[in-house]
Amino acid sequence: MKLTGAEIFIECLKREGVKTIFALPGGVVLKIFDMLHQQKDIEVVLTRHEQGAGHMAEGYAKATGKAGVCLVTSGPGMTNVITALADAYMDSVPLVCFSGQVPTSLIGNDAFQEADNIGLSRPCTKYNFLVKDVNELASTIKEAFYIATTGRPGPVLVDIPKDVSMEKAEFNYPNSVSIRGYNPTYDGNKWQIKQAAEAIMKAKKPILYVGGGVIFSGASQELIELAELTQIPVDMTLMGLGAFPGEHPLSMGMLGMHGTYQANMAMHYSDLVIAIGARFDDRVTGKVAEFCPHAKIIHVDIDPTSIRKNIHVDIPIVGDCKAVLRELNQILKATVNGEQKELRKAWWDQIREWERAHPLSYQQETDGPIKPQYVIKRLYELTKDRDPIVSTDVGQHQMWAAQYFKLAKPNRWLTSGGLGTMGFGFPAAMGAQAAFRNRLVLCIAGDGSIQMNMQEMATAVVSKLPVKIIVLNNRFHGMVRQWQDLFYEGRYASSYLDTTPDFVKLAEAYGAVGLRAGKVGDLDGVLKEAIAIEKPVIVDVPTYPYENVYPMIPAGGCNHQMILEDPPELKNKQAGVGQASPKDSDTILTA
Amino acid sequence: MEHIISVTVENKFGVLSRIAGLFSGRGFNIESLSVAPTLDPSMSQMTIVTSGDERIVEQIVKQLNKLIDVIKVVDLNESDFVSRETALIKVHTRQEDRAEALRIADIFRANVIDSTPATYTIEVTGDPKKIEAIINLLQPLGIKELTRTGRVAVAREPLRFSAAQPKKVARE
Repeated sequence: MKLTGAEIFIECLKREGVKTIFALPGGVVLKIFDMLHQQKDIEVVLTRHEQGAGHMAEGYAKATGKAGVCLVTSGPGMTNVITALADAYMDSVPLVCFSGQVPTSLIGNDAFQEADNIGLSRPCTKYNFLVKDVNELASTIKEAFYIATTGRPGPVLVDIPKDVSMEKAEFNYPNSVSIRGYNPTYDGNKWQIKQAAEAIMKAKKPILYVGGGVIFSGASQELIELAELTQIPVDMTLMGLGAFPGEHPLSMGMLGMHGTYQANMAMHYSDLVIAIGARFDDRVTGKVAEFCPHAKIIHVDIDPTSIRKNIHVDIPIVGDCKAVLRELNQILKATVNGEQKELRKAWWDQIREWERAHPLSYQQETDGPIKPQYVIKRLYELTKDRDPIVSTDVGQHQMWAAQYFKLAKPNRWLTSGGLGTMGFGFPAAMGAQAAFRNRLVLCIAGDGSIQMNMQEMATAVVSKLPVKIIVLNNRFHGMVRQWQDLFYEGRYASSYLDTTPDFVKLAEAYGAVGLRAGKVGDLDGVLKEAIAIEKPVIVDVPTYPYENVYPMIPAGGCNHQMILEDPPELKNKQAGVGQASPKDSDTILTA
Repeated sequence: MEHIISVTVENKFGVLSRIAGLFSGRGFNIESLSVAPTLDPSMSQMTIVTSGDERIVEQIVKQLNKLIDVIKVVDLNESDFVSRETALIKVHTRQEDRAEALRIADIFRANVIDSTPATYTIEVTGDPKKIEAIINLLQPLGIKELTRTGRVAVAREPLRFSAAQPKKVARE
């Protein structure tokens, strides 16, 4: 039977098991929306902006491990979703984005709402397709899902001209895909894995450095097994949080620019770094020339380009984390004995000493301004039994969330790591909520970043996605302010936000619930109240505006040289200022 | 160091821009690039002349391999190879220079492929040094136009000292 392109689109999505798509209509995709309207298998979440649609699909993908799907129109619809595609590309999120295109006969004519979607998305997608013939639509969609979800996952764009969605073709959905230029390696080289096992057996100061690859590969169990078997401490990257239980005694927490003292010191003084599904990003390596100066490096990654891109690797293993770890564990199980524990006793003593010397810390006075770290700590304590999904935006609040919200399991942590996209958190949380309607989904945001996709509150209310947003409201772009205090002599160029909206009223204007916790004593009660409400909630928490994130490795600095607290001149300055009033911009600007 | 990389790609629209975009987006050099279909018309063969230290060239090869439309990548510098380039050179020729131009062409085994009373168009093929050399010699006559193909290259077959071996296999 012959189907229209729009019907083929829907049939393909059904066969890929897609239950929810995030979409915003426009002229050239109307036929597809018309068909979506006449079926019940796929839910359409209508977003208020295409960037929101893209981030929702990302949140959906990160929480489920399956490909997220979004659908946008041509021209501005496409350009609006670019940020989400670039974000997904940096963080290896499996995403299939469908964009509308002007009819094939008009392509290249500067038609109304025309953009070169293929050209625009090329540098920020794993692959992209322009479907010129309706007969190729089904096989193209099959390939798009295959490419997005296999190997190192990533976003794939399928550009569908209007006429292709309207013309008819025989529908045949291929069972399998074969692309001669694309064959990801899953099984690691056995000889190399053996080398790695031998190095692990001999190491006196080994450290595991694990990233988002462990989560996408579903290798958490294998990782826990490896760490427990060999008693090796585990450092997690920002993307890797949740890959290993945050409360586990072997967990060192996050490493890198704002990582814990013990995580960074252990990297620096290690004699064997075992990198798994991580990519030696500049926020982790700091100064490359002095990165892990004493260590041999094992690097397991499914993407060969990640290996030796930034630093020299001694034992490279190209493969899927899960497959490689299984193989590695098998070898180690047969060889590990009591000797390793003895060999590494001094190392563990040292690590525990580092932990005691400089734990994460902040001062919360009972009648003073609320400290942002305290909010996250309380949120964590009050919700951890409910196994929440947590999203963040980008900035200080993101780093505090990474430090204090200790995730027990993978696929609970939605954050923008590589691209650092403010405005990611709220739509990402909604995407996760759309996948898991009954779970508790929290969005930790700053007052700056939440405003970057605030319009999606309408989507949350209408589509009944009861995300709980906790706004750490310091009236600043806090991370910018921190850098200005540390490196620009405290000149707050364009970092003070002055009159922020009243988030409580704003929530109410959208038909959501707004709450405020103004005092330390109110916080627990307000958070509990918010969690109990079955609607989207914004909790506005005015926080101390001059709190800084520590430890901190300055950009280009070395991993063992962390700034651990405010330098004395900054402390003095802040003591004089006290809590800034949101209306009193002069106080802040002249401080 | 200069490297010549031979890349087999899908013969589809947009592939060239994926390759060019990879090089510009990651700050790799392209000194020359030539493309044409292979015996199998569904594939094209590219020869890319690039430069960089060992680590950069390793990344270039890996990044090219990562592109989905790329079928095969060979860094020809890893073994022995031969490379050639063709140039078409249009030279001004006054009456008294015409014999000189022909002599120079002859020395380089170049061909005159077009001739007018005031110009010769000379076709020359060889390695880059040879092309440079003929250009230098023709320059005093006055070069009106110059167009070069960029290099193409192919790996040398390893020499087989026991030439009888393959025949024997064939007989069996």
